[in-house]
Amino acid sequence: MSVGENKIAVTVSDITKITPLVTQFRFVRTDGEALPTFSGGAHTVVEMIDGAETRLNPYSLMSDPMDQTAYMISVRRDDQGRGGSLFMHQKVAVGDEMMISLPVNLFALDLRASKHLMIAGGIGITPFLSQIHELNAIAGTFELHYASQSAELAAFADDLMRRYSGKVHVYFDDLGQKIDLAALLEGQPLGTHVYVCGPKGMIDWVRKTAHDLGWPREAIHYEEFLAPQSGKPFEVTLAASNKVIQVGEHQSLLEAMEAADVDAPYLCRGGACGQCETNVIESDGEIIHRDHWLEDDDKKSGKKIMPCVSRFVGKTLVLDR
Amino acid sequence: MTLQFNDETFRDDYTFTNSQRAIDRFPFPFHEDSYMYSVNMEQHQGGPKGSVYENRFDVDEHYISEMKDRAQVLAEDPLRCQSLPHMNLAGWDLLELIMVSKSEDYPDLFELHRDGNNWHWINRPLGIEDKFVFLDNASLPYGPMEYITRQTQGDFAVLDQRDENLWLDAGMITTQADWSLDFDIGMNFFEWHAPVPKANEMGIFIRALKFLLNVQQGTPARRLNWTMTVNPLLDTSPENYHKWGVQKTGLTPQNVGSKQFLRVELQTFFRLPRSNGLVFPIRCYLIALEDIVTVPKWGRRLHRVLRDIPDELATYKGFIDNKPMIVDYLSKFDDGQPTSAGIWPEKDSEPELVV
Repeated sequence: MSVGENKIAVTVSDITKITPLVTQFRFVRTDGEALPTFSGGAHTVVEMIDGAETRLNPYSLMSDPMDQTAYMISVRRDDQGRGGSLFMHQKVAVGDEMMISLPVNLFALDLRASKHLMIAGGIGITPFLSQIHELNAIAGTFELHYASQSAELAAFADDLMRRYSGKVHVYFDDLGQKIDLAALLEGQPLGTHVYVCGPKGMIDWVRKTAHDLGWPREAIHYEEFLAPQSGKPFEVTLAASNKVIQVGEHQSLLEAMEAADVDAPYLCRGGACGQCETNVIESDGEIIHRDHWLEDDDKKSGKKIMPCVSRFVGKTLVLDR
Repeated sequence: MTLQFNDETFRDDYTFTNSQRAIDRFPFPFHEDSYMYSVNMEQHQGGPKGSVYENRFDVDEHYISEMKDRAQVLAEDPLRCQSLPHMNLAGWDLLELIMVSKSEDYPDLFELHRDGNNWHWINRPLGIEDKFVFLDNASLPYGPMEYITRQTQGDFAVLDQRDENLWLDAGMITTQADWSLDFDIGMNFFEWHAPVPKANEMGIFIRALKFLLNVQQGTPARRLNWTMTVNPLLDTSPENYHKWGVQKTGLTPQNVGSKQFLRVELQTFFRLPRSNGLVFPIRCYLIALEDIVTVPKWGRRLHRVLRDIPDELATYKGFIDNKPMIVDYLSKFDDGQPTSAGIWPEKDSEPELVV
């Protein structure tokens, strides 16, 4: 079963430029019905049909989970990426119909926490926006620390500062401002959980600092979706489906399987959830592991691959799919 | 559909009965002539018309009497319903799921009117009508989970999902197959399944957990489980074992057909969207052996399954002492003819019993 089977037909009802790099999209259901509720931190997978190519990219839902009239996502333009964000920025217009998945949450709040300490970097702000809505509805306590390159690029910062004065702290790299993480973590009341979403370096920094300060593992939460990267085209044999497929330069292995009508499971499409883990039957070449799901031993063994983000260079790759 | 509700008891004088309709739609749990544990999950997206799979929450002829029995259990032991503080939002999730499902699936029995957070709920069979504010606990006579599960057949385990595991942090458990919410509350998936024999070494729980963690919105799942119960007793709890355990010794070759019941659990799994929790409704269906054997396929198959079941499983399911008597009774309804695959009764195509 592919978990992404349950899709919702939506219409783009509004597009708002938030910063020079970030654009916000508002979706309503095409049939006019109410959208399903969701939990703060959930994402949806947006299907982008770009000519002959279909891309499926996950985006955090940033709107109020209690609001069933519309979903909102924000997309940061990535000029070096495979083209998903450029498609959203340049080709999607108000009134367009798109397919999105039902919400899935891999970055949920732990509601046992007495306080939720949120640390965001750049576009990593988006899951926190829906979480803050949720915490407001249930009278939860939060504090947000948000780092951005500059005031100009700090999406939603002004709005957050205005609405949650005293609970939101913003840091701008170009002004040399930096979160004093050790002091921040040490000053938290017992029962606080810390959440981080942002670039890999920031996630590693927060996890390590919290760990070194003795925070329990289950009180540290993070979300990092990798975007699949482009690479040299390669050929794969899918043994269970009895098919030989080509993976294009700007296509992921998972997308190539889907294009060949092979039913492959997935949830996050970003190397984090483990859902698409696939056994390697034969490999003559090198698997470029890019996920953070497989253990190092698994990666070295060459017996497993995460087709959402990982690629292959070499002569033969045969997968059990 | 006009449903006639039985006036019956699940204790003392045991007036519980299944109508012909209830027998015909009974969720018989064996798809072949033998049984072993498996992660026998399938999607819960409806099923044949009239079957217990048709609706998200099945309402049947036992509804009103089951709810009376639940109220009696709770009056004697309030700890059968518990919810840790962080599960309040999940309780509202469950209330919403059940109210929306029942009002859509049984519009003649249940009505839900929503104006923003101002909700109006009408439960005709139980004569309940309440107006309340969604997410405002003070506007209901009980907490949200307790309120709605006092009006819904089946036990409810409400699970929190965190640390790649599921935690039994809330529940309404009054019709259980010998396990205790008060004992298990706060445990994770592996802890509360620790007593089940054999399954752990088979790796069943790791696979089952992996499956459940990925039950998402829009894709609920279900499976059947079963055990054996003497007398149509819903509350076979450890707390009351001293009352019901002894009844197992009252079985005789003369009364085994009417006093020995097959107890089947329709277990379903729904993602709770607002809390990202998971609800695990465990709906209990009871049927006397003498009613099962009126379906030739089921009589043949149940005999073969119980005759061949490993002793560890018969012990775990609590009928090892009575197994010879039960198998002897059922053997009279097994003429050795083949059975068709699948759980459905196939009354029209399956051969009559040759005695």
